[in-house]
Amino acid sequence: MTAPADRIKAKHQRLVLVIIALVALVGAGLLAAWALRSQASYFYVPEQFVSEPPEPGRAVRLGGMVEEGSIRTMPDGVTIAFVVGDGKARVPVRFSGILPDLFVEGSGVVAEGRLGGDGTFVADNLLAKHDENYVPRELQEMTEHQRRDLVAEAEDGA
Amino acid sequence: MIAGLGLAALWLAAALAALQLYAGAMAQRDGGGAAAALVRPAAVVQGLACAFAFVMLLWLFAVTDLSVKLVATNSHSAKPLIYKLTGAWGNHEGSMLLWVAVMALSGSLIALVERRLPERTMLATLAAQAFVGLGFYAFLIFSSNPFERLPQPPAEGLGLNPLLQDIGLALHPPTLYFGYVGLSVAFSFAVGALLTRQVTPEFARVMRPWVLGAWVFLTLGITAGSYWAYYELGWGGWWFWDPVENASLMPWLAATALLHSASVLAARDALRAWTIMLGVVAFSMSMLGTFLVRSGILTSVHAFAVDPQRGAFILVLLALYIGGALALFALRAGSVSEGQRFAATSREGALVFNNVMLSAILAIVLLGTLYPLLTEAFDVRVSVGPPYFNPVGAIFAVPMLLVMAVGPLLRWRRDSIARIQRPVVLIGVILLAAAAAALAIGGVDLLPLLGLALSAALALASLMPLRRRRLHRVPLSVWGMVVAHFGLAVAVFGMASETAFSDERLAAVAPGETVRVGPWSVTLAEVLPNAGPNWTAIEGHLVASYRDGDPVALDPQSRSFWAPVQETTESALATRWNGQLYAVVGTAGDVGAVTEGDVRRWQLRLWWKPFVTFIWYGGILVALGSALALVGRVAADVKRRTVRARAAERRAEVIE
Repeated sequence: MTAPADRIKAKHQRLVLVIIALVALVGAGLLAAWALRSQASYFYVPEQFVSEPPEPGRAVRLGGMVEEGSIRTMPDGVTIAFVVGDGKARVPVRFSGILPDLFVEGSGVVAEGRLGGDGTFVADNLLAKHDENYVPRELQEMTEHQRRDLVAEAEDGA
Repeated sequence: MIAGLGLAALWLAAALAALQLYAGAMAQRDGGGAAAALVRPAAVVQGLACAFAFVMLLWLFAVTDLSVKLVATNSHSAKPLIYKLTGAWGNHEGSMLLWVAVMALSGSLIALVERRLPERTMLATLAAQAFVGLGFYAFLIFSSNPFERLPQPPAEGLGLNPLLQDIGLALHPPTLYFGYVGLSVAFSFAVGALLTRQVTPEFARVMRPWVLGAWVFLTLGITAGSYWAYYELGWGGWWFWDPVENASLMPWLAATALLHSASVLAARDALRAWTIMLGVVAFSMSMLGTFLVRSGILTSVHAFAVDPQRGAFILVLLALYIGGALALFALRAGSVSEGQRFAATSREGALVFNNVMLSAILAIVLLGTLYPLLTEAFDVRVSVGPPYFNPVGAIFAVPMLLVMAVGPLLRWRRDSIARIQRPVVLIGVILLAAAAAALAIGGVDLLPLLGLALSAALALASLMPLRRRRLHRVPLSVWGMVVAHFGLAVAVFGMASETAFSDERLAAVAPGETVRVGPWSVTLAEVLPNAGPNWTAIEGHLVASYRDGDPVALDPQSRSFWAPVQETTESALATRWNGQLYAVVGTAGDVGAVTEGDVRRWQLRLWWKPFVTFIWYGGILVALGSALALVGRVAADVKRRTVRARAAERRAEVIE
């Protein structure tokens, strides 16, 4: 490279650096935006899950109540099947693993996983209440919604 | 009485901070000499007053003064003394007071010893520190007063939760806070330098120890937090991309970039505006982290005591500091003249590249962490996890690690690849050999494959700066770089190995049965009930042997606490040099134990995780490396200063 060209290049070094940094950051931002749209895992309640199901294989979360009397252990001893409902729809769920603490029938759960081929939701992970004080936020809001719905139903009935 | 003294000291410190800010600002004008003389003493006394307030809080906890609300809710007279003391900062108010006390003491230290910068810059720096401090004082006094009294002292305190009586848990939050304080000092220096147009190599040298110190603490904090989540949550993972984890990772990424760009500024007088910008960003990230953790605005697996109102207060502080700093930057950046030039293939070039990559990773993590908040505004609830963070982060991390292997071999200013051809070829050969070896083992995904290959190449490359040098004459700061880079290679190896080669078994097992996982065979001997001071548990007694070697006992538990009601899975670990066996037993509920005929079966979840411990060994090495660099830099500074002082003395003698 010749000396004058070098000097011209050096003079604009800061400009070049700023442009490189901006391009990289904007690139990272665009990449993030694109990846977030395709990789973020959406939250479903059973009603939604049945009416507009997600594509099979896509990671989503399903939140609802574990239906009374629905928990069954499969013969292998480690797979558990149960039904998650919200009063309007029911979704069968299958889970292999150690059950979370405080996972009981009639209480709320958020299942992380994907829709299997046979219409069963295959969960990789279950989030239940950690303790009396800590409830996953989706669960908390959901139960408030349901409470409101129940009150509304009761008032309609009366 | 003691509480009154503490609160008075806190008010005094706040008033002194206000004085420090006012005098520091006045000193910037011509003829502000009288005000200028006040700044340093104000900073020193402010630090002492605030430290005094914290000591008073410690005292209140030591004697369990139940008329103070904070003590009554968080302590108990029957606690061991050590946990009474750690309880002083094991809560929101106390931890904020600890933060402010450390920050004020840092200000005292600067005011006492730092004389390398022009006085106007120092005064502006101390004024900026007082400005940051004032926000925190307001936060403490008006929204989370640690010395609040109760009209009716209760008979006994509420805080006897044995879960919180854990020395690791007691030391973890202060570690992160010390890191955040270091970044706030760096931020003050950046603001001071920008205000007085003194963005010089000397400024970078003065700021660097604070960034290094912050980095040591952040690295240790993240490493410890990761290990805690690993063994405590019982999910077998060491990083969940959880908002709370990201909140500590983001300042670390920014501090890493800042550390390296400050080195360029100190050594070569280049990257002036960029270093200032990173100083602002690093502090912003620590504030954002505090906000995310304290406000509970994002759902986290790390259940935390949260308070939205305080979150709002921190958000206002955040907006004030960051908005102010960015506005200042926009106004003044133009006046920061361009630094020294350098060629693309040079040490600076490599560092700039890695700075940009780190910033890109930071942007990826930041967007991923905040995205759920954004979509919630449109009433769509999403969560973002490893499927996003891992591949997208790797797009920038892989080139960064490649350049990191080569960068330290390059000379400053201008260099050619031809000169370092042989080591680069050697690194490349190791890279390909490691990749080929991993492929030969088989069943390795792309990301862990890249990680294995890169860690091998980086481990070798990190030692190269030592070749053909006499080891006892290598400066401590170079050792620091070598150890830290090597530590990162070790950590990456641990992560890649764990991801690539982990073996998992989930089985329902009757007592006496044996399960194989990886090279281990694990026999369930029996399952017995167990009990502690406030819990009952079922405890699995496992006997594990590695390749039919000597048996090791593992006793994982599933615990039920009754006050407060809570169940936890206590994992059991068997550690070897080449990995860990991780065992969890299923809950004793109707579902966890399966009855079949007369035999009761229990759920066992076992993992064999080859070299997983290297993740944390690596983290410790990284922290050790930065500690070495810190000691080396400070020692060199002290030496230079004493030499200079002695020269000045001699000159004075000659004149006499």
